[in-house]
Amino acid sequence: MQLAVSVRKKLGDFHFTAEFDLSGQRIGLFGPSGSGKSTLMHLLAGLLKPDSGSIQLDETVLFDSQARINLPPEQRRIGVVFQHSHLFPHISVRRNLLYGWRRTPEQERHIKPEAIVEVLHLGHLLDRGVNLLSGGERQRVALGRTILTCPRLILMDEPLSGLDEELKFQIMPYLNTVFSKFDIPLLFISHSLLEMRLMTEQVLVVDQGEVTRQMAIEELAQSAWAAPRQGYVNLLRLGRPQPQGDLWSYQWGDVRLVLTEHTENDENVFELDAREILLFKRHPEATSARNLLPCTVRKLFTVGNRVRVELQCGTQQLTVQVVPESMRELELAEGKEVIAVIKASAFRRLM
Amino acid sequence: MLFLQPSDLDAILLSFKVACTATMLSTPLGIGVAYLLVHTRIPGKSIIEGIVNLPLVLPPVVVGYLLLVLFGRRGWVGSWLLEYNIQIIFTLTGAIIASSVVGFPLLVRSIRLGMESVDPSYRRAARTLGASAWDAFFTVTLPLSGRAVFAGMTLMFARSLGEFGATIILAGNIPGVTQTIPLAIYEYTSSPGGDRMALSLCLVSILLSFVVLLASGAASKSLNRK
Repeated sequence: MQLAVSVRKKLGDFHFTAEFDLSGQRIGLFGPSGSGKSTLMHLLAGLLKPDSGSIQLDETVLFDSQARINLPPEQRRIGVVFQHSHLFPHISVRRNLLYGWRRTPEQERHIKPEAIVEVLHLGHLLDRGVNLLSGGERQRVALGRTILTCPRLILMDEPLSGLDEELKFQIMPYLNTVFSKFDIPLLFISHSLLEMRLMTEQVLVVDQGEVTRQMAIEELAQSAWAAPRQGYVNLLRLGRPQPQGDLWSYQWGDVRLVLTEHTENDENVFELDAREILLFKRHPEATSARNLLPCTVRKLFTVGNRVRVELQCGTQQLTVQVVPESMRELELAEGKEVIAVIKASAFRRLM
Repeated sequence: MLFLQPSDLDAILLSFKVACTATMLSTPLGIGVAYLLVHTRIPGKSIIEGIVNLPLVLPPVVVGYLLLVLFGRRGWVGSWLLEYNIQIIFTLTGAIIASSVVGFPLLVRSIRLGMESVDPSYRRAARTLGASAWDAFFTVTLPLSGRAVFAGMTLMFARSLGEFGATIILAGNIPGVTQTIPLAIYEYTSSPGGDRMALSLCLVSILLSFVVLLASGAASKSLNRK
């Protein structure tokens, strides 16, 4: 997807400007509440008209104030999944799902309703009224409804913020499956760094009505670390586990990790807090921790009384947080070999 | 003891005819006007609103007289209609027009409130799903304000059943043609010895109003359940 935006919009006292040009499949729009994320989404979807500027998606000009082009929302073919699903309360789940599909030109309908019902596990909900659905179910129906219009781009406006933590991570695998299976570009709006890291590859940072930066998501996660009280969590994508005694062993790049948690899925994401990892100068012969990984220090970065140590662990990377004193005692320096020690129970499964 | 004359049955039937026709004809128009008032940014909106609401505050007799001026043989509309051999005054059509004009503000008011209370996000969601503005209105906004539309229809129907002032001026009080229940009661009370018959028609009127209220309650409950 290619998206070129250059717009200005004034809403009361709030001035919004955006100038960016990006290409990619999974874009994040990151910023605090009230920064203008939703404004940008409304401008892209055609629900708000910019005061001036232009918006171009791939080859289609969606808006151009000079050429007097302003495609109405229904002609933009941009899907939106809203924060509060906005399912139509007067019709059933089935008719909600098909609302957009029926209005999509036949030659554009390359996604079958049956496929969506299966992927999102909606089969048992089809004949219900939408008021009887739980929060997670509502968002799944809203997602299905939008995807069935086979849009050129899907905007998701904080789709997970209304859900509790556990439900969030139950929905995210659905999102990932859907977006990789049907290959639809995604613009994901959120103020949660973790959601961003799980859903997107690159981000636009919005602050006080302005798109300020554009960067890879890992870059953003690392830079957020410098802020006070902000930690860093490593996200590990692991495959299907194999039993190892009472524990479970997962392949991670070219090393194996031993975890207490077991899953049945082929793809899993675990989080590992940077503070939960111990560093040793030499291999400790015996320890209660189950994972002892030989690593090389790639980079060191000190802020106040915290040191971020980036490690190369075979083909994978790992970020560890230590205090400056430990850094001195361990004589940490770039290129130095260390052993990272992680308890089997330190990993927390996200999805 | 209920004691009804054949002419009373005529009056009841006529009342129904007038109220039903007035309500049915006004509803699409009422939806249209409510749409204009809620969803568009046309100039002079407050003037339209004022004109629509005027019959609500004017004495019905004044409304009736204005209509008579408009539809009379020498009125703007009346003289034009006469060329096509259509007469409005002292006919059933006249009674229907009088009822429609008087009941219309109640209808529009109710529908408008209903439409305003529909979260605009639903409409926006429909637009992003490929529905044009009209499509979104008919498939989302209107069904979601269905209860308000129905409530407005009930109000208007009840108002039409009781319409007196405007009707008697525009359509007269002709038994079997334009004499609805209120007009028949009026005639009974102004003729000697008609008290008993007036009273039985009053009972019928109370009964009818009650049935309308019950029906509207039941219907709105079933709409609610959806």
